Amino acid sequence: MVEQSIYPKDQKMVITTNQVNFFYGATQALFGISLLIPAKQVTALIGPSGCGKSTFLRCLNRMNDTIPHSRVEGEILINQQDIYAPGTDVVELRKKVGMVFQKSNPFPKSIFDNVAYGPRIHGEKNPRRLAEIVEQSLQQAAIWDEVKDRLQANAMGLSGGQQQRLCIARALAVGPKILLMDEPASALDPKATTRIEDLIGELRTNYTIVIVTHNMQQAARVSDYTAFFYEGNLIECDQTPKIFTNPREKQTEDYITGRFG
Amino acid sequence: MNNTTDKLILLSMRLITYAIVLVIGYILFDIIRNGASALNWQFVSAFPRRSGASGGIFPAIVGTLYLVVGTIAVSLPLGIGGAIYLSEYADQGRFNTMIRLAIITLAGVPSIVFGLFGLGLFVLFCGFGSSILAGSLTLACMVLPTIIVASEESLRAVPKGFRDASLALGATKWEMIRTNILPYSMSGMITGAILGIGRAAGETAPILLTVAAFYLPRLPKSVFDQVMALPYHLYILATQHPEAERIRHMQYGTALILLLLVLGLSLGAILIRTHFRKKFRW
Repeated sequence: MVEQSIYPKDQKMVITTNQVNFFYGATQALFGISLLIPAKQVTALIGPSGCGKSTFLRCLNRMNDTIPHSRVEGEILINQQDIYAPGTDVVELRKKVGMVFQKSNPFPKSIFDNVAYGPRIHGEKNPRRLAEIVEQSLQQAAIWDEVKDRLQANAMGLSGGQQQRLCIARALAVGPKILLMDEPASALDPKATTRIEDLIGELRTNYTIVIVTHNMQQAARVSDYTAFFYEGNLIECDQTPKIFTNPREKQTEDYITGRFG
Repeated sequence: MNNTTDKLILLSMRLITYAIVLVIGYILFDIIRNGASALNWQFVSAFPRRSGASGGIFPAIVGTLYLVVGTIAVSLPLGIGGAIYLSEYADQGRFNTMIRLAIITLAGVPSIVFGLFGLGLFVLFCGFGSSILAGSLTLACMVLPTIIVASEESLRAVPKGFRDASLALGATKWEMIRTNILPYSMSGMITGAILGIGRAAGETAPILLTVAAFYLPRLPKSVFDQVMALPYHLYILATQHPEAERIRHMQYGTALILLLLVLGLSLGAILIRTHFRKKFRW
């Protein structure tokens, strides 16, 4: 059910998935997911707990590789390249596809070292260049003004919302084109959530963003396209306003009107 | 359960704890009371005379230090390496569970068995003879399980979030382990080392068969030399010496020095551990 018709004619696609199945051991978690992710747009994945939206997200940067006895079938193309093809460099893939997690997870190091971590492991040694990258990334993540005077302070001392924006800065520092966000605001208070949502709005001019969220209002606020998952199936994907006002499928309507989930 | 039984159980637990502390306290008190009189500069700096009935225990102190250093130098890297493999790389299946069980069992094997093993493998088969090398390797085998178990537990305690974040930033598995797991689990590994130091310094049976000499007129020159060691010296003075009854102060003095040595080494390790704990807190 790859449907080009919901996107404008000239919309470029960054990710194409074709009939993706995913298995945890003998349990199948995803059933034939075919979805297009448009460039420099925000695509929200919604659905009740256990519907497979996070599993799908983690297929896109192969984070599921670390789960023993898991298996992917089908095709996931990023810029026309099959990321599960043998010989794929996972390190290169993850440089292009950054990820932000549900629970903010800064390293117990200084703010500077957190952001510089990615560039450093990819071989950047020049201190001036590192300082540039750190400043740029922190500015992009809208946290520079709050931390510029204490870059050497331990990141664990930041508030939850600041930690999450720091994690976004850390992901941006590697220079990705795509940003995967797994319920990035679900552990934050409303004010911090608003800041993250505003940030997503700013980032969409330069990045392709895929965000998993439990919160339907959030999906409605931040995303251009919304895909509804249910029990491992992709029920439908459409422009966000359409999904929330006039969905095609009854299941989608039931979910967004709060009849279940 | 009602309030009275609750209180009774609490009371008995408390009494048991106090009893244990009391016994250990008494042993310490006894050693210090009887050993303090033997302590003086000559005791720690001179060679023994009259088969240890007078003079000092300097070569035994040096020997034990060598053995502890040798043991830790061998067992710490091996143990940490094994722990990394078991917790990060190995398939977490039934085979892994069996290996883990085997390691825990190994920790409970009597030390004389390790001594015989070392005698057979290192002293005779490898041809190291009775030497610091053979003794350190034997002691290392003995403390390895302790170090592996402690290290593995501290590796597993590192939150999944740090691992995920590293990998998602494009770190390879080894980069992730080196930069974001080892530093945070260092304090637990050092705890393993502290336990290892205590055992390596105090065991008699393994060194009896692989390295220890009762009396040597000079200090060892290489790792292929024999050494004197505090626990063995103490064993001889207390049970084998013709004047055992009349040199109690020398025995207690040796025991006290052994205790102080282990305490000092452990204290050093604890300071290093505190440093790591402060540096990486989450």
